[in-house]
Amino acid sequence: MLQLVDICYSTKDKQILNNVNLTFKDEITVITGANGAGKSTLAKIIMGILKPTSGKILYNGQDITDFSITERAKMGIAFAFQQPVKFKGLRVMDMLRLASKDKKVALNSYLAQVGLCAKDYLMRELSGELSGGELKRIEIASVLARNCNVTIFDEPEAGIDLWSFSNLVDTFKHFEDQTKGALILISHQEKMIELADTIIVMAGGNVEKVGSRTEILPTLSIKSCNGCGGKR
Amino acid sequence: MNNEELLNIVTDSAKFDGAYNIRINGKLFDRKVNDNVNIVSKPNNSGIDIYIKDNTTSQTIGIPVILTSGDITEKVLNDFHIGKDCDVTIIAGCGIDNCSSCTSQHDGIHTFYVGENSKVKYIERHYGHGEGSGQRVMNPETVLHLQKNSKMEMITTQIEGVDSTVRKTTADLMDGANLVVTEKVLTSNSQTATSIFDVDLNGKNSKAKLTSRVVAKDNSHQDFYSNVKGNNDCYAHVECDAIIVGNAKVGSTPKIVANHPDASLVHEATIGKIAGEQLLKLLSLGLDEKEAEGVIIDGFLK
Repeated sequence: MLQLVDICYSTKDKQILNNVNLTFKDEITVITGANGAGKSTLAKIIMGILKPTSGKILYNGQDITDFSITERAKMGIAFAFQQPVKFKGLRVMDMLRLASKDKKVALNSYLAQVGLCAKDYLMRELSGELSGGELKRIEIASVLARNCNVTIFDEPEAGIDLWSFSNLVDTFKHFEDQTKGALILISHQEKMIELADTIIVMAGGNVEKVGSRTEILPTLSIKSCNGCGGKR
Repeated sequence: MNNEELLNIVTDSAKFDGAYNIRINGKLFDRKVNDNVNIVSKPNNSGIDIYIKDNTTSQTIGIPVILTSGDITEKVLNDFHIGKDCDVTIIAGCGIDNCSSCTSQHDGIHTFYVGENSKVKYIERHYGHGEGSGQRVMNPETVLHLQKNSKMEMITTQIEGVDSTVRKTTADLMDGANLVVTEKVLTSNSQTATSIFDVDLNGKNSKAKLTSRVVAKDNSHQDFYSNVKGNNDCYAHVECDAIIVGNAKVGSTPKIVANHPDASLVHEATIGKIAGEQLLKLLSLGLDEKEAEGVIIDGFLK
């Protein structure tokens, strides 16, 4: 279980998060809200990429606020970047090997989950030779390969075409069957939000609403979007 | 380090199923020729001529050089005469293990005459080792003459331990010829490396792709110069990427010249420290900073 206690984060001239208190259980939680609400900042604080100005992060009761990214990763927290990172010289296979905890699992299966054919991709370089959508799917595969207790996806649908998007939704649908941990999705997409057990709505650095899907979903003014990454 | 270990590093433990010529400390150590590949010494121990007959295929030919004692300075001219319709791999390179206080220097000038429709893969590796204060210096020069529709893939790597190097590659390409060069250079401490490419695309539909990936660590200094001239309807792509670690310095000076209206020439260069987001991604997989840096650099130079 992951708990955020009175988390605040500010830059020199702006308060980004105000006293955020949240608990993430072993279920699917979707964090939604308008741009600038503080969702990505919150995700980066959980992973340790950003340090909160004040407040505590507790993981299974242990205070991990001062833990490094590496320490958190080793404890079982995984994070999928909104913008995939390019690496000249590193191949898809290298990245998945680094990510995979279970060395016996065939790397092919992670690519298959994001709709990519292993034989076409494993040897390819994670560079500009791959399209943005391909890089994004590989980023997601690298996080699936980690098989962690807490997994955060920051706008997984951004940059993914409609066809792959529907596969991605299926992947997250089956996520719970494969892992017993907490899946945290930051998303504006109705199809993603519909996967949630719990929905968190953020606005202006505050938690505006928290509740079950049946409670919160009808209150959201979201319409299905034909494209992906669309924000309404 | 014994001769065998040094040879294995230079050749990446490749097995030569074709002809070979091994030079150790300025002298011929071993040579093998066959029906298709002949190797002949030049006068005065100044190098060798390698003759590869037309239609020679599926052969890996080795011509490694190693120096294991200090105070040797040599200049070697190796000329490769490759016939038509060949498909061969040539593995060259130099290893210096210098434990003395004197400089060891190997300057190798390799000239390739690649016949029509032939395909050559040329792999060259450079490595320096030894605790002595003597410098390990290598100045490889490669001259490429590519005939019609020939293809040359050149993979050249400076692994580590070379104190000073000037690497010069010149090429002229005829109609339909294709040149692909991948250069990887690692420098550390106070080492210096200069890489110079001078390519003339003379033939119609000739193509050249030059990729230089370098890592400069500590207080080392690297310079990259390229001068690519499109003298016909041709295409060239030059890419120079450098990672700086510590206080190293890297310079990139590209020059692309279109002397023909249908020449299409591209140059890209990126120099900088390891990108912060690359480190973050690897840290988020559980690697520590040192491990992450190692993965990025190893991958970059692989």
